[in-house]
Amino acid sequence: MMNYFELYNLPEQFAIDLIKLKEHYQTLQKLTHPDRFATASEQQKRLYLTKNSQVNDAYSVLKFPVSRGEHLLIVRGVELPSEQDTVGDVEFLMEQMDWRESLEDASTEDALEKLVTDNFDVLVAQEKVIGDLLSHNTDEDNQAAAQELAKMKFMLKLANEIETKLDRITDS
Amino acid sequence: MALLQIAEPGQSAAPHERKIGIGIDLGTTNSLVSAVKSGQCVTLADELERHLLPSVVHYSETSIDVGYHARDNSNADPANTIMSVKRFMGRSLADVTTHWHQLPYQFVADSVSPRFITAIGELNPIQISSHILSALKTRAEASMGDEITGAVITVPAYFDDAQRQGTKDAAQLAGLNVLRLLNEPTAAAIAYGLDSKEEGVIAVYDLGGGTFDVSILRLNKGVFEVLATGGNSALGGDDFDHLLASHLASQLGLDAVEEKQNHRRLMNAGKEVKEALSNTDISRVSIQLVGADEGTEVSVNLDQLNQMINDLVKQTISTCKRAVKDARVSLEEVNNVILVGGSTRVPLVRQQVETFFKKAPLTSIDPDKVVAIGAGIQADILVGNKPDSDMLLLDVLPLSLGIETMGGLVEKIIPRNTTIPVAKAQEFTTFKDGQTAMLVHVLQGERELVDHCRSLAKFTLKGIPAMTAGAAHIRVTFQVDADGLLNVTAMEKSSGVRAEIQVKPSYGLEESEILDMLQSSMQNAKQDMQERMLKEQQVDASRVLEAMHGALAEDGDELLSDNERKAIDHALTSLGLCAANNDIDAIKQAIDVVDKLSQDFAARRMDKSIQKALAGHSVDDI
Repeated sequence: MMNYFELYNLPEQFAIDLIKLKEHYQTLQKLTHPDRFATASEQQKRLYLTKNSQVNDAYSVLKFPVSRGEHLLIVRGVELPSEQDTVGDVEFLMEQMDWRESLEDASTEDALEKLVTDNFDVLVAQEKVIGDLLSHNTDEDNQAAAQELAKMKFMLKLANEIETKLDRITDS
Repeated sequence: MALLQIAEPGQSAAPHERKIGIGIDLGTTNSLVSAVKSGQCVTLADELERHLLPSVVHYSETSIDVGYHARDNSNADPANTIMSVKRFMGRSLADVTTHWHQLPYQFVADSVSPRFITAIGELNPIQISSHILSALKTRAEASMGDEITGAVITVPAYFDDAQRQGTKDAAQLAGLNVLRLLNEPTAAAIAYGLDSKEEGVIAVYDLGGGTFDVSILRLNKGVFEVLATGGNSALGGDDFDHLLASHLASQLGLDAVEEKQNHRRLMNAGKEVKEALSNTDISRVSIQLVGADEGTEVSVNLDQLNQMINDLVKQTISTCKRAVKDARVSLEEVNNVILVGGSTRVPLVRQQVETFFKKAPLTSIDPDKVVAIGAGIQADILVGNKPDSDMLLLDVLPLSLGIETMGGLVEKIIPRNTTIPVAKAQEFTTFKDGQTAMLVHVLQGERELVDHCRSLAKFTLKGIPAMTAGAAHIRVTFQVDADGLLNVTAMEKSSGVRAEIQVKPSYGLEESEILDMLQSSMQNAKQDMQERMLKEQQVDASRVLEAMHGALAEDGDELLSDNERKAIDHALTSLGLCAANNDIDAIKQAIDVVDKLSQDFAARRMDKSIQKALAGHSVDDI
């Protein structure tokens, strides 16, 4: 598995300088984009096509916290939990059920906007926890981070559903 | 012009001669070709100073006629005058005829893909499109006075893999080297972006004869980044014409049979009315029906037209809304709106676009020409005439790519609006002991059921080493290139064996059929297939030699061991000798040898230049 931090020449950590990421993305694009090799040999075209695809994938992975966190764990050799593992956490399950109920009950723009804000607050907190855990790079903390990332994924999914419902209401 | 300059080892080959890249807008209704002349990209005209080439082809036993003459005589021989062939690209016959059931063409009866029966025999949409492309190529060669190195050909952003591949195949048939397939809205953005030197977010609303696209791009320091794209590859000005044609038919009291008989005349009249109503409130046309001695006059006013087309235009606005959302920008952040395509001259379209985006759209560049101009600008850069250019196009996949899984469901592998090129790998395993083959069905679309998505192709993976069920780890890589085309490779991980892939496209033609068409077109044009293939190999060889000599000069000492260097030098000398002869296979093999020997070297060079650039040196230092 390619190390995207290495590819982008960025420190192998969760905290990231998004401006630097964008700058390196532009540099890498200028160097590897297929448009630079339109009249090159077939071998060069293939080589740069693969590299440029990696550059693109790496950008979308490093840009967002969950994918970045997961990638960092993979690079560290930590196995990521499957969806089943998180389901075992009863407290988390109860919370999810509460969220879903709130989403179902919310039928006005105001109610949904409140959910958006609350959800966002949780995501921010989760990101901070993940950042802390990943900064130590101990087995225990890496495992804990993996669990938190899985939970953050659920919250992001929820954010999507809240947004969809909000769109539907504002459209009509 | 010498095809090959054999250089002394250590010296780079040909000096930088200017190459010619052309831009082609292969439109549903009209096509154009452009090139950079004296630093400006201009569309090229015919002997009568006409820049547009109607995408109309008339076939008679003695000739193939492309353009105005064919179009203006379409009423006389509708069955042999093919219009809007772009609608048939990458589609099944049923796809098109469900939407358009009064076409005057004759089709081969039990063929899933459209095969037109014409005066010169059976033709498929790729062949017909290649005749249009040939006419454009001829025009370009005459206008530029020299050989064309390559062409950038535009396609609707919403074209799927089959439609794109068909376009590329048509170009190959016409003898054009395709530098890139470029999305039409992106091409328009290039023409405007470089013209106005503006930065910010642009929305491109492109309503052509047969297709609709909307793209949201961000332009910043020469980098054009497509944020999102949406559209409908079966909605365009032709549909407005069709509504008008039906209206005229009922005004004239025609029954279904008469309507079909007069389809071409009604469509032409409808088009005339539509265009007139872009400038006046009421339009009067005279339609001479089949069998009638003189024409009957009918009139349509702007309100009637607006009522007819309102639903279709509203559809396009909904698509705009979704694209803006996918782009994750607000309407306020959109700095400019560009209108592209002849159909955007229709007043209702302009009004609704302006209302939705809350700003007046830009129309300073002719909406008929802007796409071709953008393509020509990119072509000039791709052939290498602008080595200092900073322009970079980051385009996206318009439709999600997925595979069929159990129960007729589609699992998305690459979501829509992902920046391309992109590669995604998926692991599969066998479910029977000793299983050596596997079928992967790839689809495009946003829905969850196979039946609601567009089937792209079925890939059969063969040569999987026989193992117990579940033991094989087959890694299938889905690679989408910068043209938006999919290529699938597969490898069994534990053994390292590469699977052989057989592709059966769901729409369009198989590779063998394309080769057949290519060969037969050669014979028809009295051109030697061998000659063309030899030339292509020699051009390839000269590219390899030039690139390798440059690479060795720069990095040969640092990145290669003595043995590696010796082997490569030897292979290059062999290649140089082969290229001066006529044995096509020998040249191909010699290129393969150089490729294999220099693969690691190429990868090391690439990594070195990347590390150097990222470590803080500017790109110009390299």
